[in-house]
Amino acid sequence: MKKLIIRSLLALMVLGLALIVVSGCSKKEEKIKIGFNIPLTGDIPKVGEASKNAAEMLLADINAQGGLEVGGKKIPLEFFYEDNESKAESAVNVALKLIEQDGVVAIIGPNSSKQAVPAGGTCNDNRTPMVSPWSTNPDTTKNRPWVFRAAFLDPFQGPVAVNFATKQFKAKSAAVLFDISNDYSKGLAEIFKEVFEKKNGASSIVAFESHGTKDQDFSAQLTKIINSNPDFIFVPDNYNQVALIVKQARDLGYKGPFMGSDAWGSAELMKLCGDDCKGQFFSTHYAAAGAKGATKKFIDRYEAKYGETPDDVAALTWDATRLVLQAIQDAGSYNSDLKAERKAIRDALSNIKEFAGITGSMKFDSQGDPIKCAVVVRIDENGNFVFAESVCP
Amino acid sequence: MDILIQNLLNGLQWGSFYALIALGYTLVYGVLLLINFAHGDIFMVGAYIAFFVATAFLGFMDFAPWMVLALTVPLTMILTAGVGVTIERIAYRPLRRKGAHRLYVVITALMCGLILENGNLALLGASRKKFPELLDKVVYTFGNVSVTNLKIIVIFAAIAVFLLLQFIVTKTKIGMAMRGISYDKFAIPLMGIPIDNVIVFTFVLGSGMAGLAGLLFAMSYPILEPYMGALIGWKAFIAAVVGGIGDIRGAFIGGFLLGFIEVGVVALFPSTFRDLFAFSILLVILWIKPTGIFGVAKTTKI
Repeated sequence: MKKLIIRSLLALMVLGLALIVVSGCSKKEEKIKIGFNIPLTGDIPKVGEASKNAAEMLLADINAQGGLEVGGKKIPLEFFYEDNESKAESAVNVALKLIEQDGVVAIIGPNSSKQAVPAGGTCNDNRTPMVSPWSTNPDTTKNRPWVFRAAFLDPFQGPVAVNFATKQFKAKSAAVLFDISNDYSKGLAEIFKEVFEKKNGASSIVAFESHGTKDQDFSAQLTKIINSNPDFIFVPDNYNQVALIVKQARDLGYKGPFMGSDAWGSAELMKLCGDDCKGQFFSTHYAAAGAKGATKKFIDRYEAKYGETPDDVAALTWDATRLVLQAIQDAGSYNSDLKAERKAIRDALSNIKEFAGITGSMKFDSQGDPIKCAVVVRIDENGNFVFAESVCP
Repeated sequence: MDILIQNLLNGLQWGSFYALIALGYTLVYGVLLLINFAHGDIFMVGAYIAFFVATAFLGFMDFAPWMVLALTVPLTMILTAGVGVTIERIAYRPLRRKGAHRLYVVITALMCGLILENGNLALLGASRKKFPELLDKVVYTFGNVSVTNLKIIVIFAAIAVFLLLQFIVTKTKIGMAMRGISYDKFAIPLMGIPIDNVIVFTFVLGSGMAGLAGLLFAMSYPILEPYMGALIGWKAFIAAVVGGIGDIRGAFIGGFLLGFIEVGVVALFPSTFRDLFAFSILLVILWIKPTGIFGVAKTTKI
């Protein structure tokens, strides 16, 4: 008897749920769903936060006008933010959830190459367009027709760092400290080593040391580095590790300069690193100080809304999302069939030959990678990222 | 030679943190035969408490940094001890009263650790905190060897804590009671010793030291995140076991041993070999002496 009651109750519940789903579907307003695969927790939470902030701003802009105009019809946007915890395996799961459960037409992110490389494979296999805002590792888009990006590549960034440092510090030797479990850091460190040695001779990289993602103590590596007496230390690491590395190097008596890469460029770097990072240089996607035109407008609006200067991730997310929206508009009409719409967006994305983003204008090559300029910024006495040099391919 | 001395100092500093945390594991294990897996996260909570105490003093009171430090040390230790005692009160004591098997208490400890981590993540967010500078950093350089005043303080703090605990456990009445409980939990109350008070005292000592370790760690590596205690806690636990868990000298030696091995491996090999080599060496030590360096086969511990 008891069993019967439970069963009938269960049946009722299932029926009720089915009704909700059916009625929900029939009333559903058409929306363009875009997924965000971003690190809201884990090692680099600030990156996810900046991405989300920029996306929210864009979403508010477009939905305030009634939606995105596609083929003469305005369709509102809906963004899905999913946390990939800065982990490679979570990034793949998030991508699958966005594709299968949420039914998004395109995915923005993941940001770091560590997550973008595996997630790119998933999106490519599932025939969903993906645009990574921040990933600079070549493998993210390599032989993946469905994967695009808004950032320059490490094979470009590496030489920029080498050339700038050689000129700025008159360096003949360098040391490298990188995160071996991070595709981005490892890839860039290897490219840097290759380019620097080609330029300055075979043994000009005097120390090439690695560490793990969760490490907090780098004193043994830094002791080796400092003892090899380099002209500068190249640190292609995430901002949170940079803060520890620079401080510990100073504690161990190192007085020379550092050169960083675009992963330094978070709004949180100066909060964590403080005085120790002042005066250092790093290569990045754009310099907020002294920006003009559309970039300036974006920076001012972002500052007014969130109370901090947008970092490169925020700007690149803005560009990446606008690229997708551009592609949707270029496709001409919005397909309610998910597969067809994804295909249309992919085709339109690959047809974009030039795009004026707020991180500079970009041209796309056959691989889906933009060809754009890099800037080198200096961290000044007040902790601002000041433009030092621009390098264009 | 310079590199050797420099790495010796690096190892001493890194080992100090392991030693300070391992002491907490060993005290609780010595008295209760309980592996308090929440201890690494109590260390994390200690670092956060130190952060809030220090920023509060710096922000509202406008004290000089050295005064803030003088106030932060005892306050952090007291508040962290409070957290440890609270966990004992709401998680371990009810289980002990019901006579639950040790296994369930250990699992409860694991859960407490996860609650602390995720509670922190939920309350304070994933964004990292930067610990303020409380000490004017001075770098002393001798030839190629550099050492900061903070490094020296950390090393001396670890040694002082060890000596203090050794004194309390072997020379005082309450230390005798702790050893008594470890020897026979059922006979000791019959002698008129308030067993709960002694256990609370043990948690106060262990968690207080974790709070001190958290503060010193936050000063040395000034970036705080919710999961900072997990890995270092596990490693300190292993260090305590290698030293002979339950023995205070064991925790102290084991902590420094692990610190030296880790720094030494990185100094000689690529960093990817660090944990592989470090823990292989520890495995060999346990293989030769399964009870740890100072361990005694289970009779009396602490």
